[in-house]
Amino acid sequence: MTTTGQRAQGWGFVAPALLWTFAFFIVPFIVMGAMSLATLDGRTLIWGLSFQNYAELAEKRFLWRAIVVSLEITLTVTVVSVVLAYPLAWIIAFNVPKRWQRLALLLAILPFWTSYVVRSYAWLLVLARDGVVNQTMLNLGLIAEPLTLANTRFATVTGFVHFFVMLLTLTIYANLVQLSPNYRRAAQDLGASAFQTFRHVILPLTLPGIVTGAFLTFVLCIGDYVTPQILGGNTELTVPQVIMVQLGRRADFPLAAALAIVLMGIVTVAYLAAARWLRLDRI
Amino acid sequence: MDMTKLTSTLLATTVLTCAAGAVTAQEQLNALVWCDHMDPALIAPFEAEHNVTVNLREYEGTGAALALLDQSRPGDWDVLVIDGIDVFRAVDAGILAPLDAAQLPTADFFPEVVMEGVNTVDGVTYAVTEKFGYNTISYNTANVDPADMESLSTVWSEKYDGRISIYDYYLPVMGLAAISQGIATADIGSDNLDAIGEVMGTMRSRAASVAGVVAAQTALATGEVDIVVGGGEWLTAVLAEEQPDLTWTIPSEGAVRWTQSIGVVEGTQKPDLALEFVKYIVSPEGQARLATSSCFWGMPANALAGDFLTDDQKAILRWDDQPDYLALSQLYPAPDDALDADMQDMWLDTLSQ
Repeated sequence: MTTTGQRAQGWGFVAPALLWTFAFFIVPFIVMGAMSLATLDGRTLIWGLSFQNYAELAEKRFLWRAIVVSLEITLTVTVVSVVLAYPLAWIIAFNVPKRWQRLALLLAILPFWTSYVVRSYAWLLVLARDGVVNQTMLNLGLIAEPLTLANTRFATVTGFVHFFVMLLTLTIYANLVQLSPNYRRAAQDLGASAFQTFRHVILPLTLPGIVTGAFLTFVLCIGDYVTPQILGGNTELTVPQVIMVQLGRRADFPLAAALAIVLMGIVTVAYLAAARWLRLDRI
Repeated sequence: MDMTKLTSTLLATTVLTCAAGAVTAQEQLNALVWCDHMDPALIAPFEAEHNVTVNLREYEGTGAALALLDQSRPGDWDVLVIDGIDVFRAVDAGILAPLDAAQLPTADFFPEVVMEGVNTVDGVTYAVTEKFGYNTISYNTANVDPADMESLSTVWSEKYDGRISIYDYYLPVMGLAAISQGIATADIGSDNLDAIGEVMGTMRSRAASVAGVVAAQTALATGEVDIVVGGGEWLTAVLAEEQPDLTWTIPSEGAVRWTQSIGVVEGTQKPDLALEFVKYIVSPEGQARLATSSCFWGMPANALAGDFLTDDQKAILRWDDQPDYLALSQLYPAPDDALDADMQDMWLDTLSQ
């Protein structure tokens, strides 16, 4: 039975976190929500309860298109990153000797040590017309003319995947090493093939790690501005890029806030879809 | 150490710390600037002469600067560098303080860039032009026929499909599109926006990318593209030494002229020091350093800066061609709010194609 003193002590422990969340998430979110209902008259901000900024989403093709592009890129990046990260995490967890696993993980996250912007520009040079990829394929006779790789969606997805495979490898690895070897042994004793063991035992048990990493990938990717800007070459616009344009010259904070709220709505839907498998205690 | 001694020591330390802080505060000048002012070679001489520290904060986009100033307390900022066409926005917002025009060497300026109409509101001077240049065509002479760059009609032709990058700022690029159609930048309005939009569509369909300053420089330098629409000396000058094939020109139809102005922020606690900084920046020595800043080059507004530039630097800036260039170029489009919103929407629509 908890006493009043213990309850007070409990509140004392969580109070800093609650205050922090209130001050730096709840309050800004309310301000942003209110801003999204304001309007801009010339350069004057008019506070009110107007849904004009949300109506513009339906009226302006480029806004709607930006949402679609953001979703397409984010879903592609998430799926490709999971497909690449799972085998990598598996190899580190089960094929690399225990004493080398820490070094393998260190190598896997090595690119994290480089600045995000620098890494994006490095990819731009790799994918350029006379970059490593094109020159290698030209020298091997695989292509006659350099391919257009930079300033494309392919470049944006590549830059993102390079970053997020590392993140997913960590979450999936953390999940895999928690699995008792007895699960696999039991499945094999019952006559399951290696594939059946993976399909019906290992994969379901590692879903929390996959979904947690995938959700983090989704959240970080859909809100990212740098990678599409540098690697995509503005050949198509994502929502964060449109938000930046609204703020850059005209300081249209109401429309930018409305777009940010829409992004939060999308992330909330993604959370609800993934909530069943989200297990942060597994990572 | 007894308590009395300890208390005295603590009090003395506190007083000295506060005094040091106050002295330090008096020696700071806070300036909201473009990246060309971040060059130590420009700022260090002023700091040494006046025994002050100039704190520089770089920004991109007038909207971002106005928002930042709006959220600051009076006195937080002392100096503001701003797009010439946006001086009136800052004056409207009460951000710029009047300047004593008699203390500014505008008589030595290239006459076309004094621009009283831009820097003066109701007869009061609020800013002074410090640098100018052109949004025009930058290209690689090794891969492009220079003759093709002398007319806007051939710049974004099929011949250069996929070899073009467009500078990522709608005002100068739409200005160039207007000029290509014989529409003066000052005449851009809702009645001719569709015609400009068609040109933008063609331009966009030929372009491999729409790039900011660094990305456009990288694209030209790495051979990813051969032409930057909206480029100019500010884009290629810093690359000229290592890559002499990269150059720029003003086509026969003309180009867009950009200007940047500098002024003192209303409410500054150091108006004299702020004015001294402005005077230093528009002095011949300051102008020469600003013109050749490590971030980007551009023409100094003060023609006397030529005495402090080398022949090579003047050649890169096309110093001797300025009379022709100034005559051929038109000022940035300066739309009102409604037109600005329409132009921005058209730009985003074009990028989404």
